[in-house]
Amino acid sequence: MTTAGEQTPHISRRTARLELRNVTKSFGKAEVIRGVDLTVEQGEFCVFVGPSGCGKSTLLRMISGLENVTAGEIRIGGDVVNDVPAAERGLAMVFQSYALYPHMSVRQNLSFGLENLRTPRGQIAETVEEVAAMLQIDMLLDRRPKDLSGGQRQRVAIGRAVVREPRIFLFDEPLSNLDAELRVEMRGEISRLHARLGNTMVYVTHDQVEAMTMADRIVVLRDGQVEQVGAPLELYNSPANLFVAGFIGSPRMNFLTGRVEAGRLRLDNGQMVDVPHGKFSLEDGAAVTLGVRPNHLIPVAETVSGLHATVRGIEQLGGDSYVHAVTAAGEAVSLHRPGQTDLTVGAEVYLEPDPDQLHLFDTATGRALRADPARDSSAEKS
Amino acid sequence: MLLRLISPLMNVVDLPMRALQRRLGISRLAWVFLLPNLLLFGTFAFLPILLNFAYAFTGTDNILLLDRTFVGAENFAQLLDCDSYLDPNTCARDLFWRAVHNTAWFIVMQVGFMVGFSLLTALVLNREIKARGFFRAVFFFPVLLSPVVVALVWKWVLQRNGILNAGLEAVGMDSVVWLLDRHWAFFWSVFLSVWAHMGFYTLILLAGLQAIPRDVYEAAVMDAAGPWRTFRRITLPLLMPTMLVVMVLALIKGVQTFDEIYAFTGGGPGSATTFIIQYIYETGFGGAPRLFGPAAAASLLLALLLVALTVIQLWITRRSSNG
Amino acid sequence: MANVTAFLTRTRGRGRLHWTDWASYAYLALGVFLMFGPVIWLVVSSFKTQAELDRFPPRFLPYAPETVQLDGHAEPLPLFRVTDGPLAGETVAQVRRIGLTSQVVRPEAPGEVVKINRADRVPVERVKPALENYRTLFERFDFMRYFWNSTFITLTATAITLLVNSMAAFALAKYEFRGRGAVVALVIGVLMVPQSVVLVPLFMVTREFGMLDSPWGVIIPGAATPTGVFLLRQYMLTIPDEILDAARMDKASEWKIFWRIVLPLSAPAIAVLAILSIMWRWNDFLWPLIALSRSENYTLQLALNSFQGEMRTEWSSLLAMTVLTLLPVALVFAFLQKYIATGIASTGGK
Repeated sequence: MTTAGEQTPHISRRTARLELRNVTKSFGKAEVIRGVDLTVEQGEFCVFVGPSGCGKSTLLRMISGLENVTAGEIRIGGDVVNDVPAAERGLAMVFQSYALYPHMSVRQNLSFGLENLRTPRGQIAETVEEVAAMLQIDMLLDRRPKDLSGGQRQRVAIGRAVVREPRIFLFDEPLSNLDAELRVEMRGEISRLHARLGNTMVYVTHDQVEAMTMADRIVVLRDGQVEQVGAPLELYNSPANLFVAGFIGSPRMNFLTGRVEAGRLRLDNGQMVDVPHGKFSLEDGAAVTLGVRPNHLIPVAETVSGLHATVRGIEQLGGDSYVHAVTAAGEAVSLHRPGQTDLTVGAEVYLEPDPDQLHLFDTATGRALRADPARDSSAEKS
Repeated sequence: MLLRLISPLMNVVDLPMRALQRRLGISRLAWVFLLPNLLLFGTFAFLPILLNFAYAFTGTDNILLLDRTFVGAENFAQLLDCDSYLDPNTCARDLFWRAVHNTAWFIVMQVGFMVGFSLLTALVLNREIKARGFFRAVFFFPVLLSPVVVALVWKWVLQRNGILNAGLEAVGMDSVVWLLDRHWAFFWSVFLSVWAHMGFYTLILLAGLQAIPRDVYEAAVMDAAGPWRTFRRITLPLLMPTMLVVMVLALIKGVQTFDEIYAFTGGGPGSATTFIIQYIYETGFGGAPRLFGPAAAASLLLALLLVALTVIQLWITRRSSNG
Repeated sequence: MANVTAFLTRTRGRGRLHWTDWASYAYLALGVFLMFGPVIWLVVSSFKTQAELDRFPPRFLPYAPETVQLDGHAEPLPLFRVTDGPLAGETVAQVRRIGLTSQVVRPEAPGEVVKINRADRVPVERVKPALENYRTLFERFDFMRYFWNSTFITLTATAITLLVNSMAAFALAKYEFRGRGAVVALVIGVLMVPQSVVLVPLFMVTREFGMLDSPWGVIIPGAATPTGVFLLRQYMLTIPDEILDAARMDKASEWKIFWRIVLPLSAPAIAVLAILSIMWRWNDFLWPLIALSRSENYTLQLALNSFQGEMRTEWSSLLAMTVLTLLPVALVFAFLQKYIATGIASTGGK
């Protein structure tokens, strides 16, 4: 496919930094975006992820200029663009439904925007040819959108954005209408496109796999607010709160509630779990939630501190196995083992969480509990 | 094709529209798009509705409102001045009441026959028949004929030396001067109106029939329901909302009947086929003196009736679409 | 033969025709007769001479007497076949008729006049359409003028209706703005009160604009149809907003979005409205009757109506004119039947 360094004489590389300052949006009394602060660096691939209704698409549309800003400031390349119309912000957008013009051929779809910019005809033709070749849709230029497959439509939609030479690309759930296989392929392609063009890209999705695989940086949104911003693995390894911990990673992280008792954790089902000292700042009697990912739960022979659970269901995928079990207190736990398992439904298992991969959250606020570095080091010394 | 022809024109319009878009912003630009329509609408639809009141309450045959004198409810009083509303001869404006009576009888018969024949035709067309498209077209095409053409087609059939009389004589009956007999003229007016418009209602009913899911009928077959029971217990109830819409629509149109009957009988013989709109037309525009006041008053009464009927129709449509 | 019967009596799925199938086809046959019959009768009659039209009982096809041009006679002479007398069985040309006798010549001997009894001859006729009915329309009556008036009014009014209605529909379908609800309510309100019940004030308004007795007085008042706005708006609502957003990102102005994106995408609805508008305007009667007074401004419908008053007995021209008036509609119908049917059904009439 496309590789970085190929000649693209007619497409100039432009890019810009995007800053959001306390951006707010309300529809009547309903506040859908509540003071978002964010900086997307020049050339960065930034993914907005969150459950449906979290405001990620609205935020993207506000950046695009299709939706106006109730309060706050949006800066592109340093300039405040709040009052600049969509067409003049130098952005391009790929829509969820592709939004191709159904009555125009692929060529007309690609050139419509350039015509509106009063680009000379010859130049339009060259740019369109070049982009079409890059996206391998050059043999489809005279077809109508209805005669294209889903993947081809997707490429045309991307092509329409590329010809505009935008400073920032905006993607609004562009892969959600494709089947699983194509989605994987297009993921790779968009990543390569980014590597090649080097533009700033803002990508909205509800699929955390897309976020994990494509992003330089992920912004997790919920209820119009930023929950956490960080590189994919940063989010996976140290989620800032229960929401991010539950949202990133598949299958979901297991959560077990309990209380701190003399530096150890007593779960609500009565079992005790050892918590590595120094890693967390714990106060006796605090209500906490233990988070442990399915692949960090290890079945062991009966021990004192292990979790006792009954197997309720098994999914054998050949290469991996997923075991769903229930603790004595009725909490669902799942574990992920590589390879195949000989556990059976109804079996009693004892599970030992990997002590280095534990997450602890304040049950009341949902915030992750971490020792601050200073106290951390002092604890080690003692 | 056509778009390519007008595209230079549209490009010219683009310049001022762009400027307006800049000045007004997108949401206020909507009013610019609405403006031509609203101007026409306001001037030639909304304003006349308001002015109609002014005419209804003023007298003299002057068209200019300023030259007209206020007469209060005089026009209505005259229209409604009757000893018995059942006998037009006892009314001050006996022609108006004759037109009202005629219209009432006309719509009773016309709506009845119209719905009956449209339903029958739709049911037949909904069967698994050959050349359904052709037969549908046959019943539908008179809808498109102009009222004057419809009137002339039937006048030619019904004329004294016409083909119908020839047929009657051929089987040994006497010929009839159809349109000079008040009862026959009325009958043929109803007939002509049903003939000209039933295709439209047939089409609506056919769409209603086709919207009934097939599996409902299949379930009825599994429940061993016979054809008559299927019709009574399944088709008819499921078609009822469409039937009601058709009835009210036919009523609304029936009340406004004018064109084809005017061209067909001229309202005669005598006033046997004069309907309300013809009364309004002849009172206001038929000749000197032009009685605009009574015409507007009669229009107002008719408009009230139509608004009531339309509200009923909208209510039915809404109720049936809400399920 | 058995195959034909089998084909005709075959129904989809079930074997033999049920009696209800026979009844259905009988009903449809009667329908074809009643619906088509009168129109066909009119069309055939329009090709008959006035003499033939006055004949009772009428014959189905148009006949005209056979004539022959003979030496020594300036006019063509009508031919007769002799049924009795010395010339029985021969075909002769009638020179003149006096009382009960008729003076005839044999075509072979044009100089030799023979007298025969009138009752002993029958005219020789053949099927011959009387095209002069149509010729008269163009020569004696100013048919082209009415045709042009109707065409001009129909086309201009339709163009204005399409443009103005589609702009309004676009605004109502694709913009959120304060007052939209009020506009929609206004449109519905006016929908309830048809033109036919505001004739008096409409006449005054049209008069004030100086448009009475001119084509514009017919064109303009009906141009902003509520039906058209609704029809187009419903269709435009189905166009995804994302397409409009994409065009905005492509730097298209709102006007350009309207005519380059929304208008072409609404083509099916526009076609339906165009056909409806053409039908309405071509067949319009009551308002033109009021708005137009000089006969040179008449539309075809008005001309036809006034002719049927003036020429009560001159059916030959009247029938020909009726045929020419329904011809355009018949042509449009033949080509666009499906569109028209769905279009009319979807708007619920006017």
